[in-house]
Amino acid sequence: MSVLLSPLGALGRLTLDILAAMGRVAIFAAQTLTHLVRPPFYPREFLNALLQIGWLSLPVVGLTAIFTGGALALQIYAGGARFNAEAVVPQIVAIGMVRELGPVLVGLMIAARVTSSIAAEVATMKVTEQIDALVTLSTHPMKYLTVPRVLAALITVPILVGVGDIIGIFGGYLVATQNLGFNAAAYLQNTVDFLEMRDIVSSLIKGCVFGGIAAVMGCYYGMNSGRGAQGVGRATKGSVEAAAVLILAANFLLTGVFFSV
Amino acid sequence: MIRFENVHKSFGPKRVLRGMDLHVPKGTSMVIIGGSGTGKSVALKCVLGLITPDSGRITVDGRDAGTGDRDAFLARFGMLFQGGALFDSLPVWQNVAFRLLRGALKKPQAEAREIAIDKLRRVGLTADVADLFPAELSGGMQKRVGLARAICAEPEIIFFDEPTTGLDPIMAGVINELIREIVTEMGATAMTITHDMSSVRAIADNVAMLHDGVIKWTGPVGQMDASGDPYLDQFIHGRATGPIEAVR
Repeated sequence: MSVLLSPLGALGRLTLDILAAMGRVAIFAAQTLTHLVRPPFYPREFLNALLQIGWLSLPVVGLTAIFTGGALALQIYAGGARFNAEAVVPQIVAIGMVRELGPVLVGLMIAARVTSSIAAEVATMKVTEQIDALVTLSTHPMKYLTVPRVLAALITVPILVGVGDIIGIFGGYLVATQNLGFNAAAYLQNTVDFLEMRDIVSSLIKGCVFGGIAAVMGCYYGMNSGRGAQGVGRATKGSVEAAAVLILAANFLLTGVFFSV
Repeated sequence: MIRFENVHKSFGPKRVLRGMDLHVPKGTSMVIIGGSGTGKSVALKCVLGLITPDSGRITVDGRDAGTGDRDAFLARFGMLFQGGALFDSLPVWQNVAFRLLRGALKKPQAEAREIAIDKLRRVGLTADVADLFPAELSGGMQKRVGLARAICAEPEIIFFDEPTTGLDPIMAGVINELIREIVTEMGATAMTITHDMSSVRAIADNVAMLHDGVIKWTGPVGQMDASGDPYLDQFIHGRATGPIEAVR
């Protein structure tokens, strides 16, 4: 009997641990949201976060988007040729970039670049007692460290997604017009005609949600880091894994909300 | 001024504080000594609310440490952390003037910088370190900057967590002297935790020996050597044998 119950017990403990972890993250996110609207505010830290999360992420977002847009155009052209549908390249590149690839790839790049950086920085602050020092200096660590980063991510990641969408479409345009023989004006016209406002709005909302996830997970894992270099390493790794999985799960849910028939 | 009454704190199965009682009178310098892992840092952090005791009471001027306006309460304290705990992303002067650049004590930037440079001079550093970042400083300079930050807002109570750890004996002596001078001239109440007996003799008015989560002995520093307490004797003479188990 105990042989049968032992795996069930382990499964139960694992389930409880997962639920408890989800609860802790949810409480942390809710606390962050309540602090977003309550003073004091730290404008200098917010501006620095805007720079770090938004402006300095532009090169990696731009490069990711342009190569993805170009590859997408090649794939659609090759795939479409099997049933004489090569002409749909502009439409599918536009819809693919704006609805899915733009937000998801930008979200994942932000998880890799920003979540890891936030988690490592905050975790290092924790293990070197800088967070305790903040408290003794009458400064709430969540207000000083988490709120500026989350707010900056909520604002800049949708913008990065918008920029990524445009650059991705431009990548497809470049490949289509330079390699695949498409007419430049017709390509752009088809792109503009095919995209709907709903596509663009969904893309930006996804960016906002993914940005929030990326920043919250970085701060949560950093604030709850273990001791020493190993603790910082685990916090960083855990934050990126959690942010990436949550971004993909949120993308699935949001796509269902926006585009389910 | 600061009073611990039967304070208990455990981390999982590990019982760190097991009924700690201690009184630190206003304007005196109390040094808590004891081996590693005996709960010295935990005791300091319990006063500041960084750690919540499981039971017992900590009062500052008769008021429970965990109640009331937290910002006003913390504004009465300065703390020098063991590793300095300087903010890597801020230059030295902004570390020192951190409290003066935000919150209730906020001052114009130029005035805050001037005060920071004045405090840096007080701890023996020149104005040219003000614009450096903590990573550009030696360990001794980081301790001095941490000390300048602890005293910048002229607190009534100052905590020093292992102030000489990691420093050479000469620099440790300099830091000890600075602490003693500053505490005396500010009239502050000080609590220091250390293993370093030269720090104890330089800084303390009173000494408390913490072992197994309770205060084994407390009294004036002048009576420490003739205390007759076997725990304190073993500790101050650094003997491997005695009531404190030494793991080999």
